[in-house]
Amino acid sequence: MNKFLIGAVAVLSVGTLVSSPALADQRKHVSVAGSSTVLPYANIVAEEFKKAFPKHKTVIASGGSSKGIKLFCQGLGEATIDVANASRKMKEKEVKKCAEKGVKEIIEVRFGYDGIVFARDAKSEWKNFALTPKDVYLALANVIPVGGKLVANPNKTWDQVNPAFPKWKITAYIPGENHGTREVFEKKVMRAGCKEVGGEKLHHAAVVAAGKVTAEKKIKKAAKKLCYKVRTDGASVDIAGDYTETLGRIDSNKQGIGVFGLSFYENNTDKLKVATMSGISPSVETISTGKYPVSRPLFFYVKKAHIGKIPGLKEYMEFFTSEKMIGEDGPLAEYGLVPMPKNEFDELNAAIKAQNVM
Amino acid sequence: MEAQEVQKNMSNDLSTHSAEVKRRMSKRLKKRQAAEKRFQFYGMAAIFTGMMFLVILFTTIISKGWPAFLQTSIQLNVNLDPEIVDPSGERNVDKLMQANYTKIARTALYAELGGKPKNRKTRKLMYKLLSRGVDVQIRDVVVADPSLIGKTVPIWLYAHGNVDALLKGAIDRNTENSSRLVKDQQLEWIDKLVASGKMAKQFNWGLFTHPASSQPETAGLGVALIGTFFMIIIVLLLAIPIGVAAALYLEEFAPKNRVTDIIEVNINNLAAVPSIVFGLLGLAVFINFMGLPRSGSIVGGLVLALMTLPTIIIATRAALRAVSPSIREGAYGVGASKMQTIFHHILPLAFPGIMTGTIIGIVQAVGETAPLLMIGMVAFVQDFPTTPMEPATALPVQIFMWATSAERGFVERTAGATMVLLAGLFVLNAAAVYLRRKYERKW
Repeated sequence: MNKFLIGAVAVLSVGTLVSSPALADQRKHVSVAGSSTVLPYANIVAEEFKKAFPKHKTVIASGGSSKGIKLFCQGLGEATIDVANASRKMKEKEVKKCAEKGVKEIIEVRFGYDGIVFARDAKSEWKNFALTPKDVYLALANVIPVGGKLVANPNKTWDQVNPAFPKWKITAYIPGENHGTREVFEKKVMRAGCKEVGGEKLHHAAVVAAGKVTAEKKIKKAAKKLCYKVRTDGASVDIAGDYTETLGRIDSNKQGIGVFGLSFYENNTDKLKVATMSGISPSVETISTGKYPVSRPLFFYVKKAHIGKIPGLKEYMEFFTSEKMIGEDGPLAEYGLVPMPKNEFDELNAAIKAQNVM
Repeated sequence: MEAQEVQKNMSNDLSTHSAEVKRRMSKRLKKRQAAEKRFQFYGMAAIFTGMMFLVILFTTIISKGWPAFLQTSIQLNVNLDPEIVDPSGERNVDKLMQANYTKIARTALYAELGGKPKNRKTRKLMYKLLSRGVDVQIRDVVVADPSLIGKTVPIWLYAHGNVDALLKGAIDRNTENSSRLVKDQQLEWIDKLVASGKMAKQFNWGLFTHPASSQPETAGLGVALIGTFFMIIIVLLLAIPIGVAAALYLEEFAPKNRVTDIIEVNINNLAAVPSIVFGLLGLAVFINFMGLPRSGSIVGGLVLALMTLPTIIIATRAALRAVSPSIREGAYGVGASKMQTIFHHILPLAFPGIMTGTIIGIVQAVGETAPLLMIGMVAFVQDFPTTPMEPATALPVQIFMWATSAERGFVERTAGATMVLLAGLFVLNAAAVYLRRKYERKW
């Protein structure tokens, strides 16, 4: 029985040793989590940050904007993360939840813009590859207005959408619901197209006729949501994975069209041909001037309460927002980040210095 | 007499039928033999299909992955100008770390390619032949031997990931200049450097020693290998004693009643729980409740140990049951107590089975990414962990993260890292087979 007892004691002691908080001494690294879109930028910053401040450590975890914010809002203290990366603005609901858990002072940092592009395989033939939100809507929406009535999308090939297009079967690989990119796709492409062809008005009328909601605000919201609906007959494919998966799909289906981030496209210009949107071709210049319509800001959020407690957090935040990183000649712009205009940049840096909270 | 007659008649009957019977028998026999042949054929076909997929998998991974073990570098005569490296002349390491080594590298490159281009755009194209990580390479040389400051030393510096991809054929030279990731002008310089032997592919030690990086050329598996090692150790230390003890108790001591039945069913269920659930548990218990560090390999090890437990318990119980009852009875027969019987006779004989089960469990755990996602180990970690409390990643995590990166160079590195992981798993599985063979006893 002795050996057994010794074994049991050993197991227990390992267990208690492991769980004793004494071993978990003060955290020495900046802990970041969140958006997979922001991740490559944060990685580059972390790498350069390490060169500039060899003593400070960072850990950048991925997982998506929503998960990052959820972790961020778990509370204060070493066990929680310091920075949440997000490819969208924090929602009011999330801010409220954060405050409930004690995370009241949040520094919001908008560090640049990301463009969203439509691209096809570089080897396929589509002369004058020019899309408009209207084309995309007519190709991908679940229902479209035909003769003043909403009908299930009858378009099978692109030339039915627009006679200038080739006779390709419509297949589009769009970001799944878990991506921040999807939101931009819905708002800036689907809804814009929906409005243009009068779909939103018809949806509005339909919601009113259904009579389930009566408040004007709610009706508008419902109509807007209906505009976002993509078809479910296989012409529109949700990609839950990353852009590499979308690239793989396009590689195997030469007549497919994919939605990418500008930075991903810039790293694969030899494999992808990008579409102009309403006549504007996407580039850092056209996005920063606002000419190219489909773009969104990128964010990270910092817990003010952790500044001064976690070594390197303040330096990380200031380093990230420095001209050297997010400026026009910085490595982030080289990767595909669209830098902010000068006035926004100055505003941001003043806010960072003052550590203004939301 | 009568009986004989009857027998004779019968045998007559039989003999008249015997031809028919034989015919039928041989037909049945043929049918049975054909069935056996068919079954053998199905079996062989199954093995063949399995092997074919394995061969396809291996050939795609190896053909894609082998270039990852080579890395293009450029040999430059780097002038370690004291004005830039150490203007104060103090040889203070902290200050040496901060010097502008990028400038030194670029100056050396301009000199190699015939002078600094006047045009800013051309200049940018030129220095983009070099990796963004060359400053660290020069810094490490200087910090390791400060006496080199002021001298001109030839150093092999990493080429940019796109240059590397071009030389490995991952970027097609024949695409038009505007969409090619390496421009015409750069091609000229590259050809010149290759012709003079200043640019060459070398064995990529960095793949094993570098930490994570945002650029393929400086990215390596260093942190991931350490993290995986720590986790294997933790799994071994925790899961084997707990698993074997639980199995021993359940198999040898526990009374057969409803409670032990429930426990047994639950252990079997636990083996089938999706691994991400263990990650959720790890987040809730080890990080939020116990306060263990996020992203630390200790949490990963604990989660994986929990995941491996059912496998070990089930394998151990099967191994214990497989020990011949005669051993047990023999031990009792010479007067051994129950403890002595188990520890002196049964456990040693069950050992090979237990080891096999354990190693299979660990092999499973080593390949897991999903549970690590929840506990913050799917992360970009640049600092080598020295204890399991520090942040780390794991091999499959690194593969996953590289697979989702946009740069061309990460495609081959993903396959290369997969090869490293497969090699590791192969070693573990071979160890399982070896241990079983070595300690297996027949009676």
